Amino acid sequence: MSRNAAMIWALARRALNEITRVPGAAVPGVLAPTIFMVGLSGVFGQAARLPGFDAADFRTFIVPVGLLQGAAFTGAATGVNLARDIERGWFDRLMVCPAPRTTILLGVVASAAVRSLLPATLLTCVAFALGVDFPGVPALLLTIVLIMALATAIAFYAVIIALRFRTQQAAPLMQMGGFIAVLFTAAYAPKALLAGWLSAVATVNPVSPILTGVRQGFVGDVTWHDTWPALLASACLLVVLGSWAVHRLGRVGD
Amino acid sequence: MIRTSLALARRTLLDAARRPQFLAPLVIFPSLFLAINTGGLHRSTDLPGFPHVGGFLDFQLAAAMTQSLLLGGVAQGIGTALEIESGFFDRLVASPIPRVSIVLGRILAGAVIALGQVLYFVAIGLIFGASIAGGLPGLLIVLAIGVLAGTGFCALGVMIALRARNASTVQGIFPLVFVVLFVSSAFFPRALLSHPADWIASYNPLSYIADGLRDPIISSVSLQPVLEGLAAAAGVTAAFVALAVAALHGRLREA
Repeated sequence: MSRNAAMIWALARRALNEITRVPGAAVPGVLAPTIFMVGLSGVFGQAARLPGFDAADFRTFIVPVGLLQGAAFTGAATGVNLARDIERGWFDRLMVCPAPRTTILLGVVASAAVRSLLPATLLTCVAFALGVDFPGVPALLLTIVLIMALATAIAFYAVIIALRFRTQQAAPLMQMGGFIAVLFTAAYAPKALLAGWLSAVATVNPVSPILTGVRQGFVGDVTWHDTWPALLASACLLVVLGSWAVHRLGRVGD
Repeated sequence: MIRTSLALARRTLLDAARRPQFLAPLVIFPSLFLAINTGGLHRSTDLPGFPHVGGFLDFQLAAAMTQSLLLGGVAQGIGTALEIESGFFDRLVASPIPRVSIVLGRILAGAVIALGQVLYFVAIGLIFGASIAGGLPGLLIVLAIGVLAGTGFCALGVMIALRARNASTVQGIFPLVFVVLFVSSAFFPRALLSHPADWIASYNPLSYIADGLRDPIISSVSLQPVLEGLAAAAGVTAAFVALAVAALHGRLREA
């Protein structure tokens, strides 16, 4: 068990080292959610005047979307890094080492959970500097848990894509998955104001309760009513995508 | 020069047709944004000060076109950078052709792809219920401004590639595409933008290009926005083509 933990830590640390080793590759992923948050609130800010909009201002409403976008970008980056390791042959060497494949997978995705805190920290600091109210410690803690869980789930998805296509050219597919999952929700407006088709998609999208869970502290109070669906959706995503990734990894070399 | 430029443009287009996975993101990401913006904010047309439009999709089509054309510029920049990295650019320089045709060929191909991008979004708009209020003349104006602006953005991408010389640096400008879009009136009417985005938007040529693309879609053709759009697109194209050629000469001097 301790050997597996050491292996997971070593792989996660290797992935985290890339932030300092290749900062140019990490910077766009860290900056993009903040650019989106500031840009979207500047462009669509007046939408908060629409009847039925349940937030003080559009910036406060959009901050949780930026946080989840950052998590999705980070998860997708994990898949892109794995695809690069596959192209360079490093992954094949990893596959022949005497370690359970589940351990290798956890090592690969664990870094996503930690790295997701980078764009989240920058975005939160910028949001507070621009006047977004502090949501309180419980809301922030819940936000951290949900962001890390979503980043891990998207990393599982990106790993599945990387193992399927074995090339970095599949990067847009990895990014698109997270992009669609986060934005095809009540991202820009409360559900009642969405167009019918988007409202229907948001209803069945498992990221919707996660967005509600993160948003609740920014637009109001944290309640168990909005918290448990977020935690349940996160757990379901982790179990389903994690099992799929384990299955996919088990077929490598067949 | 014209013959070699056309031959190199043809080569770039054939290459693009062989690898559609590089072209797909140019329309897929803007299409997704178009869907999210129209689905999420369709009630924005009720806001006081919002221009009279058939629907928010009509208004957003120009934004999707502008975004797609900018991404097209990044893609042509990446293509140029990859040719530099792979050594193909050096082989072209060593061959007995006018060197400026290396840049013009790539830009010409970008113009053809821009035409395809604009037509794609017109088709998407018509399929999902938008209409071109300006009719056939309006459509021709949209195509003219779109192709002209797409040519300019392509020249910008080529210029950055010639200066940067590696694809990853060109790829790094991707977030900047959104920065310049967010400080323009591409997504929302200028009068409804927050400060200081509204102030920057009034000096951003993208605003005039987007407004020029939008006007024939949401209303009958009005002279001022169309002329401003054409002028902005022509200005952007002239400036960036000149800068791309200057970057080529700078690179050749260093070589």
